[in-house]
Amino acid sequence: MSIITVQLGQCGNQIGHEVFNAICSDVHGKHGLCSKKENESYQDTCKERFFSEEKDGVPVARAVLVDMEPKVISQTLAVAARTGYWKYDEQSYFCQKRGSGNNWANGYSAHGPKHKDVIMNLIQKEAEKCDRLSGFVIIMSMAGGTGSGLGAFVTQCLRDAFPNSSILNHVIWPYGTGEVIVQNYNSILTLSHLYRSSDALLVHENDVVHKICAQLLNIKQISFKDVNQVIAHQLGSVFQPVYTAESALHYSRSPLGDLMEALVPHPEFKMLGLRNIPQIPENSLAYSTFSWPGLIKHLRQMLIANATMEEGIDWQVRPPCPGSSIPSRHSTSKPLHFNTSIANLVILRGKDIHSADTGSFQDPALYTSWLTPQDVFNLWKTPRAFNKYEKSAALVSNSQFLLKPLDKLVGKAWNMFASKAYIHQYTKYGIEEDDFLDSFTALEQVISSYTTL
Amino acid sequence: VAVGQCGNQVGCRFWDLALREHAAVNKKGIYDEALSSFFRNVDTRSGGDGRDISKGKICSLKARALLIDMEEGVVNEILQGPLRDVFDSKQLITDVSGSGNNWAVGHKVYGCQYRENIVEKLRKTAEHCDCLQCFFIIHSMGGGTGSGLGTFVLNLLEDEFPEVYRFVTSVYPSGEDDVITSPYNSVLAMKELNEHADCVLPIENESLFDIVNKIQQMVNSGKLGSVVKPNSLLTSSASSTKTVQQKPFDSMNNIIANLLLNLTSSARFEGSLNMDLNEISMNLVPFPQLHYLVSSLTPLYTLADVNVPSRRLDQMFSDAFSRDHQLLKADPKHSLYLACALLVRGNVQVSDLRRNIERLKPSLNFVSWNQEGWKTGLCSVPPVGHSHSLLALANNTCVKPTFMELKDRFMRLYKKKAHLHHYLHIDGMEQSCFSEAISSLSDLIEEYNELDATKSGPGIDPARLKIAV
Repeated sequence: MSIITVQLGQCGNQIGHEVFNAICSDVHGKHGLCSKKENESYQDTCKERFFSEEKDGVPVARAVLVDMEPKVISQTLAVAARTGYWKYDEQSYFCQKRGSGNNWANGYSAHGPKHKDVIMNLIQKEAEKCDRLSGFVIIMSMAGGTGSGLGAFVTQCLRDAFPNSSILNHVIWPYGTGEVIVQNYNSILTLSHLYRSSDALLVHENDVVHKICAQLLNIKQISFKDVNQVIAHQLGSVFQPVYTAESALHYSRSPLGDLMEALVPHPEFKMLGLRNIPQIPENSLAYSTFSWPGLIKHLRQMLIANATMEEGIDWQVRPPCPGSSIPSRHSTSKPLHFNTSIANLVILRGKDIHSADTGSFQDPALYTSWLTPQDVFNLWKTPRAFNKYEKSAALVSNSQFLLKPLDKLVGKAWNMFASKAYIHQYTKYGIEEDDFLDSFTALEQVISSYTTL
Repeated sequence: VAVGQCGNQVGCRFWDLALREHAAVNKKGIYDEALSSFFRNVDTRSGGDGRDISKGKICSLKARALLIDMEEGVVNEILQGPLRDVFDSKQLITDVSGSGNNWAVGHKVYGCQYRENIVEKLRKTAEHCDCLQCFFIIHSMGGGTGSGLGTFVLNLLEDEFPEVYRFVTSVYPSGEDDVITSPYNSVLAMKELNEHADCVLPIENESLFDIVNKIQQMVNSGKLGSVVKPNSLLTSSASSTKTVQQKPFDSMNNIIANLLLNLTSSARFEGSLNMDLNEISMNLVPFPQLHYLVSSLTPLYTLADVNVPSRRLDQMFSDAFSRDHQLLKADPKHSLYLACALLVRGNVQVSDLRRNIERLKPSLNFVSWNQEGWKTGLCSVPPVGHSHSLLALANNTCVKPTFMELKDRFMRLYKKKAHLHHYLHIDGMEQSCFSEAISSLSDLIEEYNELDATKSGPGIDPARLKIAV
């Protein structure tokens, strides 16, 4: 079953491009470390999922590229074609000249309705190329105008047009100390709108990925390309073929549907965080070995202590003992040390997978009291190694991972809103103070729900 | 749109340096998207005004510009100089007698007289654009034409093209300006800028002069290891390698030209984090009236020695916030920031940007509701002669002293009714024009006062919405 990727705005297009690069390089890599049959099955599934065949044999990404200014798309198309390993469909893009001016209202209320038909047609065309459609991954940032505003609008349209398909939004959380001054406004408007139409929001925070580049990968002068490549690697570790528990005979046919089923038991909880280990500089790979018990232990502690990477994990944090009083309803101003989960998905790829034991993830103490681990812990795996890592483990978690960032974000946006700064830029396009208030209300509700887990 | 002597002299430098910048980047002579932002590609083989060629080899580049002056001298000189082929007669509007340093003559008399002509020529140039995003007006505030007719054109642009952004580069008179009526002209023009401009970049001659001197000192110092690359000077012209041949204001005007080039670099060239002009307006104007942006450019020059450590990169960021590098006599570091934009060009990555923001943040005062108010852009293409450069734009209360001084100078004349009759006898001018103008300026100053008052406040965050659980 196929996944269609919709790349929106500069961020969405730059990341989308790296994702297809990562997937392609993984598929062509000689480090599968599994049987030939296994490898072929993996490659076939991957190709079907992300690419369609072209007459000249170069796989064509199942993607639609949208941006309100032309430079990024024209670069993305050209660079992809130059690799020779894959390319985009030269017709499958839409761009304008004027940009969205970092204005969510411009993206949502002006560009959205104006270009709805063209964009939906492009997506429809991609959908028709698929034998079976698993769903959509929409890659967008929250800080700007196109990814955020037009992204929210397109998600809504997709939901209306494809009521039975899965929609996953891959959302980039901007750096805390600003890339865009109105990023907090754009973010709250985006999140509140996505919450209505999307099935789940898979979040990457720029600050976190930046730290990974600096501390784990030892990159000296970190560029956006470096950041995007880490993100692409992490996404690949989720979307590449795996065996889900039920059907161990063939790779999962419905990757997005399975993901939603595993991680979103309740529509009030849609915020998904992603952790992937190990992450080490490529030139160190040959000299490093990892063990499943070690990786799983680290991943579990990262979950519990809300660590964003393998360095600096707080090992003092423990889940509450059964029978002891559950931590009382905190107000969001108190730091939350223990990260309570709604649902977790662990994906293991590589050598000796049969020896991996994830029992520790089924500890009921990790989860909120109204769910049982049997229902909300899932393990997917494949012996086929991913992207040169002999063993790699990913955790997709619906937990309090994003509670603090979300709370901070809403706080900053509210602070600015109280002064009414920049509001005139939004009302110009028909987004009024009431719309802001609705968004704030919706997100305070989400914060409250996650807090009282 | 360049209006008046100052506007056109700056404009001339701008087009010269724009051509140099594109020539350095565009080696194959193909007319591309970047070029089309400022230039049309015209087929002149058939003589006269040929068709526009949208792709392929460069045939003849024509500036997307309007040159307006009520005297002929400056424009004529441009048309006889090396840039003559970049403009055609349909882009010029000139007269003979000038505006006599009188805003009313520029705005009311010539405005009325040339209105249709200006509108028609604007429409023509707009029609040649696939997608018109922004108008730049270049003028001075102290005289008659740039100030009066320039702000008249600003009004016209709002009426005729309400959707298109209006960026105005205004040269403000310094204290020892030799035009006696410059305070009147400036304040009358300010009212128009307050009401009709999207963004104003105020510039003072005194600042430009000081920067020119600083660069001269560096060039002439002859210190060991400090040989400067000639074409890297913020003040150097494209055409002449010897600064001696430049005209008196050329060095200063080159700085403004470079400002405009850097401002638009991310819109023209690719980069990992693009920053378009509408984004500048969106992020730097929190309230419609507060749209005055103080700009600074670094570095002022590049040393010829290639082996420079990256410490120099950080120095570039520090310099952007120093008083010496501002194009206005203002000190943003010791006033209150409403918002700040950093547009970096060249081999600079996001980590360099982040590191420097973290480093400089503690020494800057930001308004309580915008504690992290940074807008950033990364453009891969550096300016000619540099490996990297930085343009900082600040919406900062440090503009207040400039405006207050202007108001004082105005009041000194106005109280005595000095020279007032020159204005009042112009058709359409009344005492109320003056009182409204000074009132508009006073209101603006008051807005900045109110913001400054919040600077030392305890800054309690407003209570969040409570949700019923």
